[in-house]
Amino acid sequence: MPVVSYREALNQAMDEEMARDERVFLMGEEVAQYNGAYKVSQGLLAKYGPKRIIDTPIAEAGFSGIGIGSAMVGLRPIVEFMSWNFSLIAFDQIVNNAAKMLSMSGGNFNVPIVFRGPGGAAHNLAATHSQALESLYAHFPGLKVVMPSNPRDAKGLLKTAIRDNNPVIFIESEVMYGEKGEIPEGEYTIPFGAGEIVQEGKDVTIVSWSKVLQHVATKAANRLAEENISVELIDPRTIKPMDWEMIFNSVKKTNRLVIVEEGWPFAGVGAQISHEVSSHCFDYLDAPIERVTQEDVPLPYAHNLEVASLPNIQKVIRAVRKVMYLD
Amino acid sequence: MLSKFCFLFCNFVLYLCVKNKVMQEYSINILQPEMNQTLSENTVKTNLLGLSPETLLKWYDEMLLIRRFEEKCAQLYGMGKIGGFCHLYNGQEAIATGSVGAINPEDYVITAYRDHGLAISKGLEPRRILAELLGKSTGSTKGKGGSMHLFSREKNFLGGHAIVGGHIPLAAGAAFASKYLNDKRVCLCFMGDGATNIGEFHEALNLAALWKLPVIYIIENNKYGMGTAVDRASAVDELHLKAAAYNMRNQVIEEGHNVLKVYQYVKAAVDHARKTCEPSLLEVQTFRYRGHSMSDPIHGHYRTKEEVEEQKKLDPITVMMEILLDANLASGDYFDSAEERIKAIVDECVAFTENSPEPPLDELYTDIYAD
Repeated sequence: MPVVSYREALNQAMDEEMARDERVFLMGEEVAQYNGAYKVSQGLLAKYGPKRIIDTPIAEAGFSGIGIGSAMVGLRPIVEFMSWNFSLIAFDQIVNNAAKMLSMSGGNFNVPIVFRGPGGAAHNLAATHSQALESLYAHFPGLKVVMPSNPRDAKGLLKTAIRDNNPVIFIESEVMYGEKGEIPEGEYTIPFGAGEIVQEGKDVTIVSWSKVLQHVATKAANRLAEENISVELIDPRTIKPMDWEMIFNSVKKTNRLVIVEEGWPFAGVGAQISHEVSSHCFDYLDAPIERVTQEDVPLPYAHNLEVASLPNIQKVIRAVRKVMYLD
Repeated sequence: MLSKFCFLFCNFVLYLCVKNKVMQEYSINILQPEMNQTLSENTVKTNLLGLSPETLLKWYDEMLLIRRFEEKCAQLYGMGKIGGFCHLYNGQEAIATGSVGAINPEDYVITAYRDHGLAISKGLEPRRILAELLGKSTGSTKGKGGSMHLFSREKNFLGGHAIVGGHIPLAAGAAFASKYLNDKRVCLCFMGDGATNIGEFHEALNLAALWKLPVIYIIENNKYGMGTAVDRASAVDELHLKAAAYNMRNQVIEEGHNVLKVYQYVKAAVDHARKTCEPSLLEVQTFRYRGHSMSDPIHGHYRTKEEVEEQKKLDPITVMMEILLDANLASGDYFDSAEERIKAIVDECVAFTENSPEPPLDELYTDIYAD
């Protein structure tokens, strides 16, 4: 199987879908001549030309709205945010126009559009540039929220997103763009709402996604294995729709759940998972559900404070030991 | 002291120079109507712009329908049958009729929440609009959108949008698609004067001009954004000049009560957009007879009863009636019969609506995601 970076996987997805469907185009800041702020769109301008690979001014509300309007009447835009933090400028467009259009128009206009770009914290970018916004977007009916954690999923899920007839919030990770992984040969897609059991286990279920799955939860699971604690690790891959059955079945087997996410605790995605599991698996739980989240503060700049705020391996190990009554 | 005076005087001269330059440059940039006519009231009245009698009579009927439809809405709102916010179009009819009269059925129209009149002009069935207002399943959006969110894919009516300014980029998006697909459609985008102060207006105008998108932005300047007069909200009181910041052609239409004037300028902008893909910004001066919405008083503290009554002397329907009479295209009998025909249509709308069921409860979960 070919080995590609997360960045190349996303590039391949856009390239293949643009070759497949002339209605697909990409726009965003620096996506064309600069080849992408993170080089995700590298080479696409040369291949598809300025009609379909479009540099925008710094005007998120304006170009997001243009994408939505064009999607209402037959095009299939991919709108790149240089960072999901900047999507907040376009929040009205995404929430009031993209998410609600189909319902509000009584089925007259659907909005097949992908909003994509990097989300979450990188390093030392401080409060405005380090936000994990998935719970915010998952809140709104009409949106789908996708968060791939590896190159294989990044490609397969982005192709699905581009073919979806609804607005899709596709959140990548800035610090994963260079990370490599195997992808299947040839054409493939990955359906929404289908999670993956990354690692089977029997003592405790950990649900996590995107960067913290790879950089925190997986590493914590490996350490715990050294203590003979068997972790079942689940990557839901899409936040909305969520693969509830996979999570419920796992919890029914392990009887313990820890949720690891980069977002803030209050009204986070983990809070919803916790509720659903409490509601559907109450009799199976042997311990209260634990969550590992970012601390409930705007992310500070200083390295030590940043590390203290974000989820880390030690915090996950502590949470697992707690649900197993080992401390 | 003298030096201070000189400084102020020089600044004043500089200000005049700059202002003149701005006015000159962007006055040159106005639309030149391609029909070879001057734009005086008399010429419009006698020349009729080559429009057929059938068209002119149809436009009269349409404006009268909008007026009577809105009056019925006010009545039904007062009876508690229409809920929520309901913004009526009384007084602004010439803009909807004249503008939509200048485009083809495949062209797009998008507007804000004062949308009943434009929806009627764009061909949505009045009875389905009324059914929507009453929250019935036969409504144009199945009772999901209400007064502020009318839509029709079939009629290329892109809404009905209730967040001020939020739809302005969408219009550029529809125009972007037209250019991308090379289907020669244009998009008319209507907004109130208040919308010209929000960021989405400016981002969209910049992008439309930068990318040469065939969209015609039309400000329906009814002089008040809810209860705030234009000069209390906008640093620029000639709103069309805001287009100058984006090197966009612009024009003010002072006689927004005259459907032929509106048609003439919109047609010029539409023709230009179809030919060159270039956008325009038109400011149509108009007046709403009712309050901002049905929840608001007609006068309030922000305008006087006298001002409203004075403005009503330039009523779009009366003006059109005079045009038709002057041109011997209609007589008193015609106007009497038009009233009867329109009344019958509105009565039928009410009957249709009242006989329509509410949406079934399982509609709650439809149209959330497309297949």
